[in-house]
Amino acid sequence: MYDDEDDPKHPDNGHERSGVSRRDFLKISGIAAAVPVVVGTPTVMAADTKLPVHGPGKVPMEFNINGKSYKAELEPRVTLLDALRDQFELTGSKRVCDRGECGACTVFLDGKLVYSCSTLAIAAQSRPILTVESITTEGKLHPVQQAFVENDASQCGFCTPGFVVACKAMLDQIPSPTPDEIRHHMSGNLCRCGTYEGIRKAIAQVAQKGA
Amino acid sequence: MPDYGWPKAEDRTLIGKRITRVDAPLKVSGQAKYTYDTHRPGMLYGKIVRSPYPKSKIVSIDTSAAEKMPGVKAVHIIQKVGSTIHWAGDEVVAVAAVDERVAEDAARAVVIKYQQLPFFVSDAEPPAGAAETPGPLSYDDLADMADNQLPDPQIVSQVQQYGITFKPDADSAKSMKDDGFSESVIKAVAGATVHPGADSKPKSNFQKAAAQTIGDPDKTFSEAEVVSEGLYGIAAITHCCLESHGSISEWPEADKLFVHMSTQNVSGIAGQMAEPLKMPAANIRVHQDHIGGGFGSKFGPDRWGIATAEISKKAGGKPVRIMLERDSELEVAGMRPSAFARVKLAARKDGTLTGWQSQSWGTGGPGGGGMPPIPYVLAIPNQRKEHTAIRTNQGPARAWRAPSHPQAAALTMCAFEDMAAKLNMDPVEFFLKNIELAKPRQGIYSEELGIAADLMGWKQKWQPRGKNRSGNVARGLGLSMHTWGGRGHNSDCDLTIHPDGSVEIKMGSQDLGTGTRTCILIVAADSLGIPMDQIKLLIGDSSYPVSGGSGGSTTIGGVSSSTRRAAVDARDALFAKVAPALSVQPDQLESVGGTVRVKGDSSHTLSWKEACSKIGAMPITARGKNPDRAKPPDLTNSGVGGVQMAEVQVDTDTGIVEVKKMVAVQDCGLVIDLKTAESQVYGALIMGVSYALFEEKIMDPVTGRMLNPNMEFYRLAGLNDIPELVVHMMTGKGYDERGVIGLGEPPVVSPGAAISNAVANALGVRVPFIPLTPDRVLEALNNQDTKKAGA
Repeated sequence: MYDDEDDPKHPDNGHERSGVSRRDFLKISGIAAAVPVVVGTPTVMAADTKLPVHGPGKVPMEFNINGKSYKAELEPRVTLLDALRDQFELTGSKRVCDRGECGACTVFLDGKLVYSCSTLAIAAQSRPILTVESITTEGKLHPVQQAFVENDASQCGFCTPGFVVACKAMLDQIPSPTPDEIRHHMSGNLCRCGTYEGIRKAIAQVAQKGA
Repeated sequence: MPDYGWPKAEDRTLIGKRITRVDAPLKVSGQAKYTYDTHRPGMLYGKIVRSPYPKSKIVSIDTSAAEKMPGVKAVHIIQKVGSTIHWAGDEVVAVAAVDERVAEDAARAVVIKYQQLPFFVSDAEPPAGAAETPGPLSYDDLADMADNQLPDPQIVSQVQQYGITFKPDADSAKSMKDDGFSESVIKAVAGATVHPGADSKPKSNFQKAAAQTIGDPDKTFSEAEVVSEGLYGIAAITHCCLESHGSISEWPEADKLFVHMSTQNVSGIAGQMAEPLKMPAANIRVHQDHIGGGFGSKFGPDRWGIATAEISKKAGGKPVRIMLERDSELEVAGMRPSAFARVKLAARKDGTLTGWQSQSWGTGGPGGGGMPPIPYVLAIPNQRKEHTAIRTNQGPARAWRAPSHPQAAALTMCAFEDMAAKLNMDPVEFFLKNIELAKPRQGIYSEELGIAADLMGWKQKWQPRGKNRSGNVARGLGLSMHTWGGRGHNSDCDLTIHPDGSVEIKMGSQDLGTGTRTCILIVAADSLGIPMDQIKLLIGDSSYPVSGGSGGSTTIGGVSSSTRRAAVDARDALFAKVAPALSVQPDQLESVGGTVRVKGDSSHTLSWKEACSKIGAMPITARGKNPDRAKPPDLTNSGVGGVQMAEVQVDTDTGIVEVKKMVAVQDCGLVIDLKTAESQVYGALIMGVSYALFEEKIMDPVTGRMLNPNMEFYRLAGLNDIPELVVHMMTGKGYDERGVIGLGEPPVVSPGAAISNAVANALGVRVPFIPLTPDRVLEALNNQDTKKAGA
């Protein structure tokens, strides 16, 4: 469950004095923590707290991606995926469905998997981001990647980076996943060419050998 | 005449072995660059404004607000005021801006007014007698066909078949040229039969598309011992390429265009862009490193590709990237036509098929479409077939992996299984009984049926219809057979051996993820006797020798044959230079294991590098060219057979179908790379499970729009939906010597029919239409219950 979903047991009963709903407030506060207040930034009162308002124009942002620092001026509405791809040319994460359905854009944020198409760049600031590009170290493929290669787990390859990230996350957590665990962890990614057979074999290989 | 023949089985070091895909490391590490990933210096981002209405006339277009927005660099009208829109999502205006968000804002600021027109998006069974015979074509009919992006040969054939209503003259020829008609269409119109004053009433949505009678169907059915009747069908689906369609265009010079495009047809794009852009094809360069799926939908530049080039020009030649959004990708960039049929079969009590009768219908969008090749695989001696093409505003159809064959298999193989059930015959025995009708491949099919049955455990598992049921769980088995041509296309290959021993291949081909790169390198390396990684392979650019588009399973035959020829010629030229140094005749030399040596004399051996140093200053380049297609192919062939079996489990309470196991037995002549070949078949089975159970382009009858243009409600199979898969490639004696034959299409043909048959076997009732969604399964079960209650 995502943390900005309203709790159905406690429906939102009205707005705060500022005109910012509880739901909006949760979103704002998540961003507020990640965006430094710059002098002259307009503010809004919400839940008795003065909050900065960013945008709609470009805002300076700073990211920690694959252990390196990246800076850019981006509009607050830019997704993490688009920032990675178009701003920093880290194009391993793919834009396919652009609404959290296919998993081709999967990255690690704070050590957890997220769909970067459904994460705002502004909210990902100062939090460690790891993309598929980080998985290969000094030109050497990670055992998960090696297993994908050996078991022909890619055809056109457009979904492959997302699957590699998702598989690595699963195997980091569960070195020998059961079939049910594989079902669960692989349910967030889709492939069109039909490489699932190779992916299953790759997972089995790594699970046996160890990553 | 050099001997290009494939090396003997014992001499093959790479061909037919299990070789790992060469570009896999790039793909798994996210380093493979697709068109969508390409950034050109100063690149602008484009967006397209699309019609929300399925049929309308453009009344006015106001781009002034968009043009004034900061960051907007160009606005381009794709279809001008007065144009008729034929499907929702059609392109009207393009904008280009400094970033994608600004481009989105600009697209939203464009104001377009439409006059909405009556539309039709249903492919339900046409009312009896509704189908009209097409009449002569008016100029507007032709313009509609061009708007609908109907391929030129189809327009030409309709012009020749039905004639025209206007008198062709210099004026009409000029306006046709201005309207972008190709020379072939203009020529066909000039020679067409004219029916002046013919009725130009609006055409019916239902067009008689085919009628054919073979043998004596009336006598056959009146004398038939057993007749089986059924309703079958398969819905329209989309291609849903994960990398959407699109391109980046830029003008490095005023009259030179450079295009990065996601395409299956690197060598064939410039020629298609030249006419609409009114420039020589020679001035257009097309490039692509990797492509994120095509499946038959990416052969042309498309209207948005032309618009990208035009808006780039308006923006001072700056690179502009336009990739389709996901909803547009599903709405306008790919559709497999639907097909439905009422089929009647006649047979003798022993199972011998004697007659086929079908009334079929389906839609391929505005063009209507044609009849799938039914009855499929088995040539039944007596037939009567009628087909109605439904012209709809669903968007244009495109070739979808094995065009028309999955539909033909669904209509035919399901009818066959129903007949087998009526005869109380095991379908394997029923197909074997009729296997002579599968000439000339009856031998291949018989062998494949036996192997598939063993791999499935058919004998142990199969039970008559509806008999394998406990509680709400029903289990069943089904099978289907298929065929495809798959002869190699023309594909010129330049292979260069440099004096330092390095080798380079250039070919204007593309690797769709089928393993084309890997296979080219396997053939070249096996032919030269050097390792694959010693060869540099350059594909994906229109400046390389012309190679055919990757469609119809034509690539592997095309590229393997021309690579073999280039490699043999270059090697022989090398032998001619080396022979004097070893004091032998060139034909006494062989190149094996990284050496050039005298045959049968290991004492006279040069390393590959040493041998190449004898070339002199200038490298050797040989051009491999495939034989004229009018002649029989030598290294390649055409025509394959495949058999597939499915095992399913159906929950009769929920209607959910789960595929438990699939077996595919496939021949494709000589296999170049067994590993990627098997992947093609695995992938086809998985795609097949997907379209058999989930995929459907659902049209809203109220708005005329696609209801599910996203990946949540246009469901693709996930890893969890995939059963145990068994793939068996027919190789070795009897198969290898046929030569190389394409493999991409055939294995995707049968899964729908095989799974549908397994479901019918499980439930004891046919679920008529694919995809076999829970609602359709429950409806079939309810109808069965009603029938039983009424009986």
